[in-house]
Amino acid sequence: MILELKNIKKAFPYRNCEEKGITDHKDGDVNQVLKDISISVDAGEIVSIIGPSGSGKSTLLRCATGLETPDSGEIIYADGVKFGLVFQNFNLFPHMSVLDNVSDAPIRVAKKDKKAARQEALKWLDKMGLGDRGAAYPCELSGGQQQRVAIARALAMDPEILFFDEPTSALDPELTGEVLKVIKSLADLHIAMVIVTHEMAFAQDISDRVIFMDGGLIVDEGTPGEVFESANPRTQAFLGRYKSGNW
Amino acid sequence: MSLLTMIAKMSEGFGRTCAIFFLTLIFSLPLGMIVALLRMSKNKVVSAVTRFFISVLRGTPLMLQLLAVTYGPYYLFGISVSRNKLIPVVVAFSINYAAYFAEIYRGGIESISPGQYEAAKVLGYTKVQTFMRIILPQVVKRIMPSVTNEVVTLVKDTSIAFTVSYQEMFTIGKQIANSQTSFVPFVVAGVFYFVFNAIVDFVMGRIEKKLDYYK
Ligand SMILES: Nc1ncnc2c1ncn2[C@@H]1O[C@H](COP(=O)(O)OP(=O)(O)OP(=O)(O)O)[C@@H](O)[C@H]1O
Ligand SMILES: [Mg+2]
Repeated sequence: MILELKNIKKAFPYRNCEEKGITDHKDGDVNQVLKDISISVDAGEIVSIIGPSGSGKSTLLRCATGLETPDSGEIIYADGVKFGLVFQNFNLFPHMSVLDNVSDAPIRVAKKDKKAARQEALKWLDKMGLGDRGAAYPCELSGGQQQRVAIARALAMDPEILFFDEPTSALDPELTGEVLKVIKSLADLHIAMVIVTHEMAFAQDISDRVIFMDGGLIVDEGTPGEVFESANPRTQAFLGRYKSGNW
Repeated sequence: MSLLTMIAKMSEGFGRTCAIFFLTLIFSLPLGMIVALLRMSKNKVVSAVTRFFISVLRGTPLMLQLLAVTYGPYYLFGISVSRNKLIPVVVAFSINYAAYFAEIYRGGIESISPGQYEAAKVLGYTKVQTFMRIILPQVVKRIMPSVTNEVVTLVKDTSIAFTVSYQEMFTIGKQIANSQTSFVPFVVAGVFYFVFNAIVDFVMGRIEKKLDYYK
């Protein structure tokens, strides 16, 4: 086990703009986004997290990666385990070349030798099918290419576990495939991956384990076969919408 | 007095005009960043106090601030007014321009998407590294047009130093105009400022172009 999340809870104050009008929240009312989430991830394991919008999937990844602090619960990484995160909207550094985007953190943060870090960055870019775009700037790339650079950037820090928050949701449908393909190609690197996705076929295909979240709780969990054939009515309702293509 | 003599005399003051201009930039550009960071401080008292000073500096005439810096110490503490007026001029200008630059910096910093900080954090950059390597370079590019505006204004504002009789170009021009009852020195001054600003525009344009390698 390389990561254990124990009884994670997180609440946010209601955002005025979107929640307003749906119900009248009293002052001090909070939105309990994560109600009690426990997950463990093994080395090299591929876990998909699926669930309706607003169920707390992003919040969970943000807690696991230190971008949010849970109100309670524990986040335990095994000794020396490093993590990476791939964002929905890439968050590349626009002022750096593709090569610098990938090699800057290894050089500045991990204090790797400059030349070695650049060579390694090129190797990762190559694996992402972008070996020849090192000199380009992010604004010159398609969304799919940018996301592949972001994946290379995360991999260059040698993570044992890589989180993906809807890595293809910001992409045109025709670019989704190329990104899913490279994510799939990472499976043999023995890096654990936790992937939040709305791509059900992909989740079913790639995962060792699927977690279905709804309303801040884990409702269903198991192998893809178990979850996609689950008897749980909430899982069925969610997957039913997906199967009928009715989003 | 011939036109050439006038130009020669005014050129002597031009060195002082340049001194105000460059010294003000050298001090106010970094000082503005400190002020901006104080203004964005999480400490509510620090940010409120800074905000108040910024609003005073932007809300009162530079001429008044210059008079206060030059003669204030005398009226308040009896400290004699310094002979070299360059010091109070640069102090007043630097503080005033720092306030303007601070607001420009703040706008630039706040316009950077939170995703940039988050990506840097997850990659393990320290706060200082994040600011210096990720945020600041992007801010510089975004604020260039506003900074250019301020710099162009500064060129013209150097003439305000005449209020404390600092012998920069405009002050000399005004003296010649008075003694010769001639309007010509003002025309000469106008041409000076215009050419100066043409150079500023050119230089800033080059810098902006240099930063044009990404969107
Ligand atoms: N910083 C925040 N402040 C206030 N509310 C927040 C914040 N972040 C998330 N929320 C709220 O938490 C809830 C869950 O958000 P989250 O982004 O985790 O859902 P999600 O499962 O990732 O949904 P999606 O599939 O749409 O990405 C939403 O109601 C959202 O408005
Ligand atoms: Mg989300």
